[in-house]
Amino acid sequence: MTDISQPHTPDTTNDQFRKIWTSPRNLFGLFMTGLTGLFAAIAILPLAAIVINVASQGLPLINLDLFTKLPPPPGLSGGGLGNAIVGTLIVLGVAFVISTPIGVLGAVWLSEFGRGSKIAYWVRFSANVLSGVPAIIAGLFSYTIVVMTMGTFSAFAGGVALAVVMLPIVMRTTEEGLVLVPEEVRLAAFGLGATRFETVSRVVLPAALPSIATAVTLALARAGGEAAPLLFTALNNNFWSTDLFRPIATLSVQIYFFAIIPFKPQQELAWAGALVLLSIILIVSIVSRFLTRRKSY
Amino acid sequence: MAATSTPPESPEVAMIRVRRNLRYYLDQGFYYLTMAFALAIAITLVWIVIQIGLTAIPAITQFGLGFLTSTTWDPVQNIYGILPQIYGTLVSAIIALVVAVPLGLGIAIFLSEDFLPTYVTTPIAFAIELLAAIPSVVIGLWGIFILIPFLRPFYTFVHRYLGWIPLFGTEPRGNSLLTLGLVLAFMILPLITSISRQTLVSLPPYLRQGAMALGATRWETILRVLIPAGFSGIVGSIMLALGRAMGETMAAAMLVGNSNRINISLLEPGSTIASLIASQFGEAGRDQVAALLYAGLVLMILSLIVNILAEIIIKKFQNVER
Repeated sequence: MTDISQPHTPDTTNDQFRKIWTSPRNLFGLFMTGLTGLFAAIAILPLAAIVINVASQGLPLINLDLFTKLPPPPGLSGGGLGNAIVGTLIVLGVAFVISTPIGVLGAVWLSEFGRGSKIAYWVRFSANVLSGVPAIIAGLFSYTIVVMTMGTFSAFAGGVALAVVMLPIVMRTTEEGLVLVPEEVRLAAFGLGATRFETVSRVVLPAALPSIATAVTLALARAGGEAAPLLFTALNNNFWSTDLFRPIATLSVQIYFFAIIPFKPQQELAWAGALVLLSIILIVSIVSRFLTRRKSY
Repeated sequence: MAATSTPPESPEVAMIRVRRNLRYYLDQGFYYLTMAFALAIAITLVWIVIQIGLTAIPAITQFGLGFLTSTTWDPVQNIYGILPQIYGTLVSAIIALVVAVPLGLGIAIFLSEDFLPTYVTTPIAFAIELLAAIPSVVIGLWGIFILIPFLRPFYTFVHRYLGWIPLFGTEPRGNSLLTLGLVLAFMILPLITSISRQTLVSLPPYLRQGAMALGATRWETILRVLIPAGFSGIVGSIMLALGRAMGETMAAAMLVGNSNRINISLLEPGSTIASLIASQFGEAGRDQVAALLYAGLVLMILSLIVNILAEIIIKKFQNVER
């Protein structure tokens, strides 16, 4: 600022408008700017450290066996996490089947029919509160309604627990996607004589499909990394299992159990599993970020 | 939303009266189906509390409120209390907040001001958001094998020179409330940063212009005008982060040491409600399961209080904004 005004009024009286960098007020500002910049740099460190460490520990252990073999007995080496990878997919499948219809159609009501209503307010409120409820509570809930009634730990119980984790994410992010669909599109459909069902199913949902798919994928990625809800629902299984009503191994729970036992080969498998899990989740997060950023109606 | 009203069935408009055919019923059915699914999420929330509460009844009747103030956890004699866990949950969450609030708020300010061009700040903001995407079990694994050995010299240093403070009064071990608190700080950092940043960005521009016109420097504007104006949004984000820190399970179970004691020293192992449930549920007998469900109910109620408060604070703020 001072540079611009300088040529016009070269007299020294203008000095009182000059920014004095050494004044305490400006020094304080400089200090705070530097400090918060340093904070931002510090915040990047853990992400970088975790990614680099997991990659360096896990990469040498990635091989075909990891995806196709059973985990070895305690203390022995070799083997893989094949059953846990399959198990994670199965449990996620159950969670997907439960949470997606409820989440997406609930979001349809919120954005298309209930907008501005008292009920919609409370539904959104509950969704936000539910997304803040600890994941382990979802596990306890599934334990009491599924495991205790069926008398056995099961992949299905794990799926129910993860569905509770996914539901608020799916519902709120789907609603955000639906709201982005322009109002004119709906009015045009109604004008052509379409019912609400036809408008939603043939016009609004297809238009919002990319963002809904992103929402569901992100929720799946988030749920796939959760171990707490699965500890006492899906439990664990040392063998291959695809039975929905039997305990099943999952990647996240397997990492937990292998991390806390004092055997080197198991700990190495935990690192390899962590690398697989982390890569999938980071890739999904980054890709969906770029997909949604391009999205504008 | 616009087409929800049915035309009145007076004789004049009989021509356009809604025909009660399949299309009509399909439409009505769809409406109520979506409404039921929307309500399902509210019902689930209430159902979780009731279901866990009902299943915990044996433990609730046996231990009553003494459960919250007893320090015994004895599966052999079936006497349970969770005071050390409540203590550990609160202390680790407080450590996390003490670290994460200044850090998160500072970053939020840094990213919402124009110190750096957006092509630099956007990737930084995204990287911080990615931190939230890392599964907690991976963070726990990293904590056990990388972070704890890394922190050990620092802990020894702190104990040697600050050991006269009771908080650092014991020989450091790897697993401790302090380790958990530090890890939780980085797990809740993205939450505080992103919500505070949104709050600051959405403040009306005339606040800044007014403060600047009165001769305030940039940082005087930020600290005296912008932060007070966005205070409720920031407090809301801190509450959400508190709820997240209290409920974090896997990192807690893997890093806190799961010791059933109350220690003034933060360098000693401790336990949290969530880590207790995670580490004990597997081999628990029936009475112990009831006690663990009671503990879960306590955690659920704590997190409900915090999250509902956060929700109300943020909502209230948004209404003022409009």
